[in-house]
Amino acid sequence: MSELHHYDVAIAGGGLVGASAALALARAGLRVVLFERRYCGAQASGVNYGGVRCQGRPAEQLPLAMRAREVWRRLPESIGIDGEFVVSGHLRLARSEADLAGLAEYAHMAAEHGLHLELIAGRAFRTRYPWLGSAAIGGSLCETDGHANPRLVSPAFAQAARRAGADVLELTPLDDVTYDGARFQLSANGRRFSADWLINAAGAWANTIAQRFGDAVPMQPIYPNMWVTEPLPQFITHNLGVYGGGIYARQVARGNCIIGGGRGYGDGQYAQPSSDTTRTVMRDACALLPMLREALLIRSWSGVEGCTPDHNPIIGASHRVPRLLHAFGFSGGGFLLAPGVGEVLAELVVSGATATPLAAFDVDRFVPAAASLPSITSS
Amino acid sequence: MTDAARIVIVGAGPAGVRAAETLVAAGLRPLVLDEQSRCGGQIYRQPAAGAGFERSKRTLYGFEAAKAHALHSTMEALLPHIGYQADTLVWDCEARNGQGGRLVALHDAREQNVPFSHLILATGATDRVLPIPGWTLPGVYTLGGAQTALKTQGCAIGSQIVFAGTGPLLYLVAYQYAKAGARVAAVLDTSPLAAQARALPKLARQPATLAKGVYYVGWLQAHGVRIERNVTLERVHGERSVTSLAWRRADAGNGDEAIVETIRCDALALGFGLRPETQLADIAGCRFRFDDTTQCWLPERDAAGRSSIAGIYLAGDGAGIAGADAAELAGRRAALAVLEDLQCEATPDAHHEETASLERAMKRIAVFRSGLEAAFPPPFGRAASWPDDTIVCRCEQIDAGTLRRCVRAGEAKEINRLKALTRVGMGRCQGRMCGEAALALIADETDCSMQTVGRLRAQAPVKPIPLAAALGDDALAAIPEHARDE
Amino acid sequence: MLGTPDRQADACHPCDPQFVRVAETRRASVSFFLDGREAQALVGDTVLTAVLLQQRFVRHSEFNDEPRAGFCLIGACQDCWLHTEAGERIRACSTPIVAGMRLVTRARASGMNCDGDRAAAPGDGTAWSGER
Repeated sequence: MSELHHYDVAIAGGGLVGASAALALARAGLRVVLFERRYCGAQASGVNYGGVRCQGRPAEQLPLAMRAREVWRRLPESIGIDGEFVVSGHLRLARSEADLAGLAEYAHMAAEHGLHLELIAGRAFRTRYPWLGSAAIGGSLCETDGHANPRLVSPAFAQAARRAGADVLELTPLDDVTYDGARFQLSANGRRFSADWLINAAGAWANTIAQRFGDAVPMQPIYPNMWVTEPLPQFITHNLGVYGGGIYARQVARGNCIIGGGRGYGDGQYAQPSSDTTRTVMRDACALLPMLREALLIRSWSGVEGCTPDHNPIIGASHRVPRLLHAFGFSGGGFLLAPGVGEVLAELVVSGATATPLAAFDVDRFVPAAASLPSITSS
Repeated sequence: MTDAARIVIVGAGPAGVRAAETLVAAGLRPLVLDEQSRCGGQIYRQPAAGAGFERSKRTLYGFEAAKAHALHSTMEALLPHIGYQADTLVWDCEARNGQGGRLVALHDAREQNVPFSHLILATGATDRVLPIPGWTLPGVYTLGGAQTALKTQGCAIGSQIVFAGTGPLLYLVAYQYAKAGARVAAVLDTSPLAAQARALPKLARQPATLAKGVYYVGWLQAHGVRIERNVTLERVHGERSVTSLAWRRADAGNGDEAIVETIRCDALALGFGLRPETQLADIAGCRFRFDDTTQCWLPERDAAGRSSIAGIYLAGDGAGIAGADAAELAGRRAALAVLEDLQCEATPDAHHEETASLERAMKRIAVFRSGLEAAFPPPFGRAASWPDDTIVCRCEQIDAGTLRRCVRAGEAKEINRLKALTRVGMGRCQGRMCGEAALALIADETDCSMQTVGRLRAQAPVKPIPLAAALGDDALAAIPEHARDE
Repeated sequence: MLGTPDRQADACHPCDPQFVRVAETRRASVSFFLDGREAQALVGDTVLTAVLLQQRFVRHSEFNDEPRAGFCLIGACQDCWLHTEAGERIRACSTPIVAGMRLVTRARASGMNCDGDRAAAPGDGTAWSGER
């Protein structure tokens, strides 16, 4: 009979959410084990666009976003590296008067949450941003937003969790997980584990676990497409997005421009960029940033991201199984939020509650109100 | 069945041309796409047409003149029977689960989609390079590059040139330069003569090729060109360009006793054999396997050249280094496989004898090639000796010390993770010039084999493309509503 | 004086040509512009050849501003990309020189003669420097 290892908390998924939860819990003195089937931070957490932004999020995400932003501020103390986090500001571009009106309305709402935005248009806008194409007539600037390097940040959280005492097991897919009425029983790589708490942070694959406990949500995989140019002289001063969505772009210190937009292809497990999307976005990028007409594209990629119908994540407790917490489905907006989510999850474990409002992220919100699903006590 | 067939060949070198020839002989009309302006690949590369280049094929190709001429003439004769588009960069391949697919290409600054039902990838090779301190200085070129300068431009890469590295190309290019009147300061081979002697039985399987190799070495010696073997390359010196190369004997002991000799030169031609251009096969989704002989990852193929994806075939150096003769055979064999798979022939065994003969010939060459690898082993194992300040990734300026620190900190023991954390392989060349060195470094630091430290994944575009190329295309759709992210 | 071998080797100057013509010199001449000054090449030369017959670099590394002069010559290493004055991107080893081409190997086209000093920092003098 193989040895059984017991932990306070088991975490499924070594992306940024799982790793930041592991770090926060280990720092709170709990025994944590994290299972990652490949390498930590190699999936969506590692290949996303790298935007660290509060602006543009719906009202219900802002409290969590503002909290997460605080974690980003303390990044070097927390994980030992700066992750190339640059507080560049986020400029959300308007292409029409209607867009400008929309931005003004959003700024009003955001101010109520403590997020201060500056609206710029007309001549002041053109003077300040001569490098933007003429289709952009104005924008909303959030000075506290920025961008960072996901390839560095996500694995660094996992390393920090290890240093804090968590058992972070890479190349260790979870074979089985059940709830026996008192504890979670897990098996992976021929070893058995038990834990009082289970955190489901398995990203685009989290439904596999959620389903086992009757908590499946209507989440679909999406494959956001990304590109990088050769290093260019510095000219893009903010992390850029477009009101209403489209392409987004940022320039890193080394000079490369990272551009995102549209969709690649995938099969739920792996993602590939699309050459059709590449051409569309190349054209759009040249229109948005005319200097890119003189640049070379050197690489494209995509990743698998879980997307929910309302584009809000799933964060919070299962209503069926005690001490089961879900945190997945970030629908493309998880990079800023994840470090905050880790802290929130730790709070839920340690004290059973959190001051950060999570109602909008309830795991059951897609279940029709009339139906009630049978609870599952073991599977 | 054949009227629906759309056969596309990528590459107009020896493999691509012979594949096209075979298909035309069977009544088909393939489309041949090539990145260069004229056919011939690298070994039979031709100077620009209509520019007044005068040298004969004998001068350009030496002993290979007849083969070069035959290949060029074949292509010439094929032109009315094939589609042919030169100056075409195929930068992506979307294969549809064995149901054909499409190539994505750039030609004349415009984007193109090229659908195929059957695809023959004959994408050739580049020099295999390993770094030495100072190798990013102006004046350092690959052996293949040095050869190209002479062959297609009538230029030597410098006025006083050292040829260094290992492999048959080392002696061939030095010979070609000396014959052309360039000043060859020295030929420095990192392999010991004993390795070549031990490999003789295998090398003797291709006696004509072996004889040529022996001839080049003999000629160089007879003409007073200095040849040193069992060399360790120390450093390329110079402020703004090459001024000298420092080297020592590999077995000269360690540290202070080793005598470092410095050879004055203003150019260095450097190379350690060849590496295949497998990016399109990778992007198309072909399975790869690790080849022990050449210590590199190759796309899987059967004896006929079929890849792991139905309808995609691989021929020539682009699927595994075997030389020009093997490439011609492989091109023909792959095309015959296409015909077999199309059930084109009146009888299924129409070419049975020939395919068997082709496969036997390729097997003999494979034995010879394994002899070459043994005779001229690229010094991957010397990765430990590269000083920390040696630039490994030329594009991103990443040095060996950076890579070692990352591996030693336990952060990466696999190439894709090392790339994500250090940026090695993220530059314009996408790992062509640094990939093998990075693998060798990880293998050395972790005391593991090259095979276990992973495989660098190709990503589209396989070579950089100008963003401006998308501007002329009005037919591009907008990003769909549901895919508009902020 | 460049009499002694020592002096000869150590005096490698960025404005000396890197490449040396050893054959095919009877082709027609073509003139082009390199960093603002007129230069001559022969029809059939690649941009790389044309430039390296004038000097020992075609560009500078973005990361430490050190000179580069191409490497593989077959379009694989991507180390020879330069700009035209109009902003077009050119891979020098695989692009034929064309009469009147205006090439830039320094960030700012300089009309002065080459004196081997470091290139202007990337971004200087362009219209798109934007804000810091």
